[in-house]
Amino acid sequence: MLLEMTDICKDYMQGKLVVPVLKHISLQVAEGDYLAIMGPSGSGKTTLMNMIGCLDVPTSGTYLLDGENIAECSDNRLAEVRNKKIGFVFQNFYLLPKMTALDNVALPLLYAGIGKQERRERAAAALEAVGLGERKDFRPNQLSGGQCQRVALARAVVGGPRLLLADEPTGALDTAAGDQVMEIFSSLHSQGVTIIVITHEQAVADHAASTIHIRDGRITEHLQKEDGNE
Amino acid sequence: MFENISLAFQGIWGHKLRSFLTMLGIIIGIASIIIIVSTIKGTNELIKSNLVGSGTNVVNVQLYQEEYPYDLQYNPLPEGVAPITEEMRTEMEKMDGVAAVSLYHSRSYVSNVFYKNTSFSGNLFGVDAGYLAVNGYRVIYGRGLTQEDLDQRHKVLLLDTTAVSTLSIAGNPVGQVMEVCGEPYTIIGVVDKTSQFKPVIETLSEYYQYMDTSSGNIFVPDSTWPELFRFDEPLSAAVKATSTDDMTIAGQNTADYLTEQVILTSEGNLSYRSEDLLEQAKQLQELSSSTNNQLIWIASISLLVGGIGVMNIMLVSVTERTREIGLKKAIGAKRRRILWQFLTEASVMTSLGGLLGVGAGIGIAKLVSNVMGTPSAISVPAIVIAVAFSMLIGVVFGLIPAVKASKLNPIDALRRE
Repeated sequence: MLLEMTDICKDYMQGKLVVPVLKHISLQVAEGDYLAIMGPSGSGKTTLMNMIGCLDVPTSGTYLLDGENIAECSDNRLAEVRNKKIGFVFQNFYLLPKMTALDNVALPLLYAGIGKQERRERAAAALEAVGLGERKDFRPNQLSGGQCQRVALARAVVGGPRLLLADEPTGALDTAAGDQVMEIFSSLHSQGVTIIVITHEQAVADHAASTIHIRDGRITEHLQKEDGNE
Repeated sequence: MFENISLAFQGIWGHKLRSFLTMLGIIIGIASIIIIVSTIKGTNELIKSNLVGSGTNVVNVQLYQEEYPYDLQYNPLPEGVAPITEEMRTEMEKMDGVAAVSLYHSRSYVSNVFYKNTSFSGNLFGVDAGYLAVNGYRVIYGRGLTQEDLDQRHKVLLLDTTAVSTLSIAGNPVGQVMEVCGEPYTIIGVVDKTSQFKPVIETLSEYYQYMDTSSGNIFVPDSTWPELFRFDEPLSAAVKATSTDDMTIAGQNTADYLTEQVILTSEGNLSYRSEDLLEQAKQLQELSSSTNNQLIWIASISLLVGGIGVMNIMLVSVTERTREIGLKKAIGAKRRRILWQFLTEASVMTSLGGLLGVGAGIGIAKLVSNVMGTPSAISVPAIVIAVAFSMLIGVVFGLIPAVKASKLNPIDALRRE
């Protein structure tokens, strides 16, 4: 198993009040899976995503990512894990506005300690792969939303992560641009990349091989598609 | 590191006005320090060149009691001090580093010298025929002292130009009569220091006189000195060294020689000593530095204010860039990297301010020096220290914002819209 969550709980403190957000969640994701996590707002799906993305550690329970217990990792180790093993795609792209597309894509490689020449080459290749090879010197404000999300996708996969984690990747895009992005996800999946998509759109979840529904901090449903096609 | 610096420049360039205003405090602080230091250094060099390198290379060797020159105005004749003979004088002239030696008597702040009703309160010298030449004086009116004046004990005197102006002598002074200790003396000439060295300051007291109320010098034949004051007053020697560098050794050698030859008693701790001009220069320099050091402290306050300004802007910048920081942390930037990014940005900003401040400081120092004629000299160590210090300010005042940035939780940072 690439990802193994056992009995995960997460509580937040609201003043003196303890608010449980995730309640005894157990989840297993194998190498090469394509999983969608669905749920209404407030259901705890963003918290779950933060947990899976090693941005946050659980209050209790164990989370093994690639055999490593995330709950026991230091801040710096978590940063390393995120850098090496996880690629993030956010709803609002989160590109750095003052950098070119190429520099944005190369950023994770900088933190991985890779030399400048190699960074540029790998970033250029990643942009090529999402069909933006021509635009590598453009800044985010010179690109459309769909193009920005594709740059963000290139940034997410440039380091060769084990897991691609996307939070509402089409939420800010029109249908055509959204479809384009989802196509790239599918092609990455066919190349063997493990993908977890958080969404509340059924159309997005339909691309995934399996779907879990989450409500009030619990997994309510786990649907497995028999074959990858509809 | 290089990435961080270039990022920092991008950040500064991206907010030109804001960055400039933030740097202004540092610029002003560093500029004022550079101006002050340049002025101190210029003054020091002026003092040294006036005092030591005045061109005449003359060291005065005088009788001292313990640490102070023996003051004949208020003290009785010292016992056991023999007069310096002509043989000793020629003997001293043969010493290493000595070019010429002239013997003289002197009084400072004399009180019983008058021109008409004006009293003279400068220095009175009883000199031999060679004294004026040794000390680099030249006659500009009338004539100098001759051997005949000395032999015949002529009641004649020479004034320097300062004395002429403080006494406000109208018309040609030559031929007019002055009263020296009740005796009438005829002015035979006016002397001036060789023109290329102005103002000429040879002793500490002369320096003070020149700076505030210099009354000038009057020279009479030494052979008339006993009539004005007392017989057998100890002589002083004006020793002209062969070069500025030889002044100390020439003074030392002649002083030791005189102590050995003419001081016949061990009572009273009497000795001949040469005034160490380098030492005096140092004292004067310290005097001028100590007042200016206070100015440096005041200027440093502006650096402190500048530093606080930098901290403030960096805190604003951290808040503004919360999302950037959050994203960077999410994709793998460690705490230390964020910390360094902000520290680098703060110190690049203050270093840049420091460099601009140095430029402005040098410019203003030169301008002021040209306009007002005050001395200034650029001090390279001061520039290096100023830039290094402004970098340090960036590190110190950038630390709190940088730590704050590095501790941001990526979730909170990303959530903020």
